[in-house]
Amino acid sequence: MTQLHTSAPTAGATATDAFLEVRNLSVKFPTDDGLVSAVNGMDFTLERGQTLGIVGESGSGKSVTSQALMGLLKGTSAQVTGQAMFQGKDLVTLPESAMRQLRGRNIGMIFQDPLSALHPFYTVGHQIAEAYLVHNKASKKQARAAAVDMLGRVGIPSPEQRYDEYPHHFSGGMRQRAMIAMALICEPELLIADEPTTALDVTVQAQILDLMSELQEETNSALILITHDLGVVAEVCDDVLVMYGGQCVESGPVDEIFYDTQHPYTLGLLNSMPTLSTAAGELNPIPGQPPSLLDLPKGCIFSARCQYAELVGEGKCAKERPELTVEAGHGKRCHLSGPQIITIRTSR
Amino acid sequence: MMTFILRRAGSLVLLLFAVSFITFTLFQLGPSDPAAAACGQECTPERVSEARVALGMDQPFFLQYFDYVRGLFSSRMIGAPGAQTLCEWPCLGKSFQTNENVADIIARSLPYTFSMAIGALVLWTITGVGLGLMAALRKGSPVDKFIVGAASVGVSLPIPVTGLFLLLLFVNQLHLLPFTTNEINSPFGPQGPGAWVANYLLPWIALAVLFSASYIRVTRTNMIETFGEDFIRTARAKGLAPRTVTFKHGVRAGITPVVTMLGMDIGLLLGGAVLTEQIFSVPGLGFTAVHAAISGDLPVTMAITMLAAFFVIVANVAVDLAYAAIDPRVRLQ
Repeated sequence: MTQLHTSAPTAGATATDAFLEVRNLSVKFPTDDGLVSAVNGMDFTLERGQTLGIVGESGSGKSVTSQALMGLLKGTSAQVTGQAMFQGKDLVTLPESAMRQLRGRNIGMIFQDPLSALHPFYTVGHQIAEAYLVHNKASKKQARAAAVDMLGRVGIPSPEQRYDEYPHHFSGGMRQRAMIAMALICEPELLIADEPTTALDVTVQAQILDLMSELQEETNSALILITHDLGVVAEVCDDVLVMYGGQCVESGPVDEIFYDTQHPYTLGLLNSMPTLSTAAGELNPIPGQPPSLLDLPKGCIFSARCQYAELVGEGKCAKERPELTVEAGHGKRCHLSGPQIITIRTSR
Repeated sequence: MMTFILRRAGSLVLLLFAVSFITFTLFQLGPSDPAAAACGQECTPERVSEARVALGMDQPFFLQYFDYVRGLFSSRMIGAPGAQTLCEWPCLGKSFQTNENVADIIARSLPYTFSMAIGALVLWTITGVGLGLMAALRKGSPVDKFIVGAASVGVSLPIPVTGLFLLLLFVNQLHLLPFTTNEINSPFGPQGPGAWVANYLLPWIALAVLFSASYIRVTRTNMIETFGEDFIRTARAKGLAPRTVTFKHGVRAGITPVVTMLGMDIGLLLGGAVLTEQIFSVPGLGFTAVHAAISGDLPVTMAITMLAAFFVIVANVAVDLAYAAIDPRVRLQ
């Protein structure tokens, strides 16, 4: 079981036995208008064979977190601090040259829009074989064979022919399968999927999710699934981490998040999902806007949009930022007490 | 692909007819009288009309044009009745000024223009694309700012200024390079490639300063945009080396606008770089065209105009073919 727990930001935290352990990860971008705090003190751990869903709306820091783990922010102006221990190496401080060895081989990544993420000028097969060649001492022939085999494994029919076709010859779903083949060709132990189904037709989404789960089971890899779609989370994740304003506001096993929701923001997210019985014009959005990452509120980041802040009283929510408290593997960052949350949940 | 080339060749022929007809018409409408010019200073009206007959300008307009076009397909007789001479195919007429075959004049001027264009092209492509890429890779750094600043200066320097400055500095003051001579027009001549380079280096630099500035800017803008593309992030996420990401994935995708520019510029330059040829006294097509136009030498002007149009169109076809080679999404039809 994956454990999601908090720890005070301790200096020089030591590596544990966890497969991936992220401690107090923060990412800031200097801009002309000031410092943008995209990720603020993320903590989580992940074990092999497990799937962690990171959920949140646009701008909540999901993608930036994944890019920081991938080391894709190295060489940019982004300031990444904290710790991300992976196989005894800290991904935050690892130099770019060493990070490059991990990328593709130990950590694979799948992106949102497979059309723009694939190079339009090279054949799909070439792009997959390229990923194989860079990490394996192999001939071009062997790389081609590996890529064809991988294309077959991700369910692309007649892979030998499809190898020589260009991305624009592929349908959206087939492109995402090709992306998955590219990310998995070196059998990485950790796979990060950044909104892998968002750009796809609903009918194709389930196929892609099934495929990812299947391949994950085969290779016993760990999967971080970044999405804004709670339906996707419910389908494939073991654990969930809900992000808001660059912070984790609630985390825990997927069932607990859905059936024992502890944070008003998560409640809002669940409530805003339309169901078949939702009548036209009856959507339930969370009122207000996400906070500006240039100037985060001093208190709870969600307080400005929270309808239950007055239950806490004394303006505490606006003044004091709640810590992430963990009880039996279920973490929340909220001043509301357990009984208050239960009252809120049952009253809806 | 063959269909594409054939179709473009067809439109090339039509366009050349249009260009020749327009030039021919403009010449007839113009104020200059080639017969008077050919006959010289002290000229009686009789001798002017004799000259007019000799030049074939006594004929009706359409007959003159028809005769001219006929010469493009076969040899024809040219000159006044009784004193006709054979103009061998391809007959582009004879110079009103020197009575020389225009085809010979073109054949003589072309190597100079080629010599100038090729070197300049190589020089500005390398510096333009190279510096543009360097600026894009170091976006926002002092290196980037310096390159962009230098490009702004370069593009605003006219050829007469850079040309004369280069001559003054390298030829007059430092004596590093010889003054351009007409004796060298090919790297395979008796003087060898070294002398060829030394002879054309200054015009190459003058043209490169002007042209590379816009290449720097186009390359820089397009490469910055390309480096921000998702597929570049994918290439990095695969663990590819920075060099592979930059060149194999980045440059190939970001270079297409430069190819377009290059095609246009090659076409224009092969038609003759008028100013540069004047300043460095290179007797290429541009130089010849200016003198022919001033002296009302219709056959020479016509031929060079058509040749320039030909080069521009061929360069355009070459750009389309290059696009298809670079980008598999491009279908030629």
